[in-house]
This record gives sequence, C-alpha cells and structure tokens, in this order.
Amino acid sequence: MAIKLGKLVFAVLAILFLVAPLIAILPLAFTSSVILTYPIPSWSLRWFEELFTADAWRRAIINSLIIGTGTTLLATVLGTAASLGLRNRLIFFRGSIRTLFLLPMVVPAVVLGVGMQVLLARFGLANSYAGVIIAHTVVAVPFVVVSITGALAGIDERVERAAESLGASPATVFRRVTLPLAMPGVLSGAVLAFATSLDEVVLTLFVAGPNQRTLARQMFSSIRENISPAIAAAAFLFIAATLLVGFVVVLSRFMLRKRQQA
Amino acid sequence: MSTGSARTGRSLLLLAPLLVFLFGFFVWPLFSMMSQAVSDPAVLRLLPRSAEVLPDWDRQSPPTMPMQTALMEDLKTVDDDQALGDMVRRLNSARSGFRTLMSKTMSALDDTTNPPTDLVSIDKRWEKPEFWRAIAGALSPYTDRNLLAAVDLGRNAAGEIEHLSADQSVNRVILIRTFWIAALVTFACACIGYPYAIIAASLDGWKRDVMLAAVLLPLWTSLLVRTAAWFILLQDQGLINDFLRATGLIEAPLRLIFNRTGVIIAMTHVLLPFMVLPIYSVLITIPRNLMPAAASLGAHPLRAFLRVLLPLSLRGVASGGLLVFISAIGYYITPALIGGPGDQMISSIIAFYATGSANWGMAGALGVVLLVATLLLYSVYARLSAEEPGRR
Repeated sequence: MAIKLGKLVFAVLAILFLVAPLIAILPLAFTSSVILTYPIPSWSLRWFEELFTADAWRRAIINSLIIGTGTTLLATVLGTAASLGLRNRLIFFRGSIRTLFLLPMVVPAVVLGVGMQVLLARFGLANSYAGVIIAHTVVAVPFVVVSITGALAGIDERVERAAESLGASPATVFRRVTLPLAMPGVLSGAVLAFATSLDEVVLTLFVAGPNQRTLARQMFSSIRENISPAIAAAAFLFIAATLLVGFVVVLSRFMLRKRQQA
Repeated sequence: MSTGSARTGRSLLLLAPLLVFLFGFFVWPLFSMMSQAVSDPAVLRLLPRSAEVLPDWDRQSPPTMPMQTALMEDLKTVDDDQALGDMVRRLNSARSGFRTLMSKTMSALDDTTNPPTDLVSIDKRWEKPEFWRAIAGALSPYTDRNLLAAVDLGRNAAGEIEHLSADQSVNRVILIRTFWIAALVTFACACIGYPYAIIAASLDGWKRDVMLAAVLLPLWTSLLVRTAAWFILLQDQGLINDFLRATGLIEAPLRLIFNRTGVIIAMTHVLLPFMVLPIYSVLITIPRNLMPAAASLGAHPLRAFLRVLLPLSLRGVASGGLLVFISAIGYYITPALIGGPGDQMISSIIAFYATGSANWGMAGALGVVLLVATLLLYSVYARLSAEEPGRR
C-alpha cells in the first residue's frame, strides 16, 4: 500500500514538473501589466496586439513562415527521394549513408553554425533567405528521413510487385501505390521539418542577417535583452499550435485505424 | 539482372540529391571549420620573401642582413591594411610588443626621402632573436596552436608542448564544467526518468496515456517556450519563490535564476523525455509476469528489482543516459538564457569566439573538441541501440 501511494505521489509530482511550466506561462499572455509576474492585475489582449502589429514581431512571424515553408518543401522533397533510394538493399554503404543522413541531428548546432557561417559567406549566401533555408534544411532532413523510412518499411512489397506484374510502369506504381501508402509518413515528416525550422535558433544566430530574424530568434533576444509579456503571448501561440498539431495527428491515426478496420 | 541494375541505378539517382546537399552543406562546413582550426596563413601570405630566407636561420644568432632585407621588401609591398592587421595580431599573440614595433617600422619604411638601410636602424628590437623566432614560427600555413590552446597547452620558445600559465588556462575549466553540468543533468534525468518509465510501463489504459502525454507534450513544445517558462517560474518574483514565501518556508527570495541551480533544473526538464522514452521502449518488451514470479518465489521487492528488472532494463537506461549526455554537452540556448557568467558551457565559448571576437581559429579548435567528444559518444550510443535484446 505504501509503495502504491509512493508511486502515485511520484507520478503526480513528475507530471507536474513536466507540464506545470507550460501551463504557468499561458495566463501571462493575457496580462495587462508590462512585467511578467503573478498576480495578474487585469486581463487584456494588448500583448497579442503587440505581437501582430509591432514591427519586429510581425516581421519575425512573416520570416518564420517564409523560411519554414522553404525548409519544409526542400527537406521533404530531398528526404522523400532519399528514403525511396534507401529501400534498395543492394546499395553499397547503405548503413553509412543512413548514418550520414541522421548525423545532423547529433552534431552540436554551434559547431555546425560556425562552419556554416564561413561556408555560406564564401558562396555569397550569408545573410540571405536561401542561406537560412539551407541551414534549416540540413537539421530538418533527419526527421523527414526517419519518418518516411518508417512509413516505407511498413509497406507490403507484394502490393507493389502485384501492380508491376499487372503492367504498371515504375512511375505509375510510385504514384498510385507507394506514395499513397507512404503519405502519412511524408506528411508527418513535413510537419516535423516545419516545426524544426520554426524552433531553430542557434544556426539562425550564425547564418541569418537582421532581415531574416525568425520568431524563435526574436524570442531569444527578447528573453535576453528586454523580457516582456509578448514572449508569453508568442508562447501561447506555440503551445496552442502544438496541441492543435498533436490533436490532428491523433485524429488522423484514429481515422486511419477505423478505415483499415472497415 | 538488367532489371536489378536498373533498379540500383534508380535508387542511386534518388539518393544523389540529398547526398550532394549534405556533402555541400553539412560535411563541407564541418571540414572548413576544422581547417579554420589548423590553418594559419595570416603571416605567410604577406611575407613570401622572408619565408624563403628564414628557414636557413639557426634561430639563435642575431638576424642576418639578407633576413632583414627580405622582411623589408615584404613589408614595403604590403598594401592591404586588413591583412596587415591580421598579421600583426597573429605576431603579437606569439610575442608581445609586435604591435608598436610594426607600426614604427611601417611608418619608417614609408619615408621615401630618407629610406632606412636595415631594420635595426629603425628599432633596436629587431636585433633580438625572439622577434624573429616569432615570425619564423608563424610562417607555416598550418598550426597546432589553436588545438593546443583549446586544452590549455602551448609551445614554449624551444617548441616543446607545455601547460599554459594559470591566467590563460580558461578552456580546461570550461570543458570540465561542461562535462560536469552534463553529468549532473544526466543523473537528475535518470533519477526522475527511470522510476517514471517503470511506473508508466506498469500501468495501462488512460493512466499510461496520461503519463506518456506528459512526456510528449514538452518534447513537442518549442525549446524557447520551455526556456521562457522556466525563466518566468524561477525569477525572484516568480511562481516558485511566491509559493515558498506564501507557505512561510523562506523569508527572502531564493536565487534560482542566472546560476547553476536554474540551469540544471531547466536542462533536466528539457532533456527528461530523451531519458524516459528509450527506457520505456525497453521496459514494455519485458514480460509483465517476471516481477510477480520473483515475488511468488519469495524475493523481496527490492531484491526482485535488483536481480530482474534492473539488469533487463539497463540497456534502456544506458542509451537514454547517453542521449541526454550527448545533447547536454552541446547545449547553448538554456545556459545562455538561464545561466550566469559562471555557467556558460563550451558552446557559448565557441559562439563568443566566432561572433564576438571573430577568432575563427579558436572557435574552430574548440568546435573540433566538442565534435570529437559528441561523435565518440554517439558511436557508443549507435552500437548500444543497434544491439537487439537477446542477441549476443
């Protein structure tokens, strides 16, 4: 009995430790005060207004959307093609190639940032959108590859061979059989790529100029220099978006399972 | 056979774009960072004539006339102020006094009405072999100076490796601090994460879902949001201090932010999911009836845990711990925002050298140290997670 009670207390405290900080920041998004402390004197939407009208924040949001979209497209296209190529077991160095694709996730961002800054400057891509998108794609690609290879591994190859034996060209097999079956993996890879780009700060610090300040970069310098409840408002949007995406993922899995059962 | 090779060709074509992309924008940057750490062209580029004459010198005797003439010729042809500044900075770091000596020499060489015949007539210091040794030592295009300095070593006048003096030995302190903070965070994550994973694996239904969701929600949430949340909680007028004061536990606010405590708390929160998930994924493969079986044979719960559950789940703990440790040693954002000056880790120092003082050599050298440490640990992790349970 004592063990059971101990387990319960521990689990509740640990969940509190994990989730409470995320909940604690939410009400502060609606404070009318200029400082980020409780108690909240009165409720207001002024910080959301600030977020969408103040020049620095508005530009940062737009930049994040531009760079996030670019990264998602580039990483998903490159990652999908490479994942399809990795299915072939006859490829030489298949394991090493796979490891190379995953390494950007492991290498410390600051190390990559230093090298990237030197190299992009040499290509004339320093302080440009293209440079930031390239840098974000490097760190987003592993998530896309993991997600899509996982989905491809779940495909029964006999289905594709059946299509082939019925006279479908490789392109048709891909378009009509493989891609639709791998679609959940491609989509979740794309979502992860966008999320990675949205949250990336360290590489952005090194390769982006003042015109490519992203939302995460703006939050970083805002916490560092003059912290204001605009941070809490931005965090509110982030958490709301996270919950929304999580909800959509759970819902689509649920629908998929239902469709498979039917 | 032909369909097989056609398929292989197609696979290679599909792999090519990402391979090219990653070689260009991932492998190459890392290599150019490493070459920054060992390349040292600042002096050689400006002094080609001296580079031909100086190797013949015995490094002990006073400078000969051809050496002085070669250096004077080299210095007269310098027209790039930026490159000159780089060279002077490089020489000054090897032998202090070069800054004043060079500016005096350069202005004397500019004097065309009364051209100097040799360098010693411009400044007596050019007689001393130390200055010439500094130039001779800086003429190689490659140097191990930065790499040695990254671990607080240097070469003395005779070229032997020795420890730098205490006031120059900052990097080793930071390296030790980085590993120490990472170890503390790993330990804290293990203390919370291991029991958490055991409890989650022992439950089912909605209780297990809640415990897993509590891990996944922070994992999916932006790192900056989590850091901002801890900033708000830990500050002097933050919720934690308010709560402790309201309960009467403390009088004055505890200092929780801009110090080590805050960094450890925030990093533990950020990295905890990386500990819980690997352990959990190992635990759910262990048959559930093992612990009751041990109990029915009369084993005390603690003994059953030590002899049954711990050995079976150790692989998960090891890979979770490595994952947390690898992530922690490269951390930048959380220490930068929550830590004080005494809590900055190696990443912050690299960022300082790169963006603050434009010392690419040192940034590259410390980057090499961090990269090597990370890749070594990752190879252990990859071996550990590739081993399937039960296969020996």
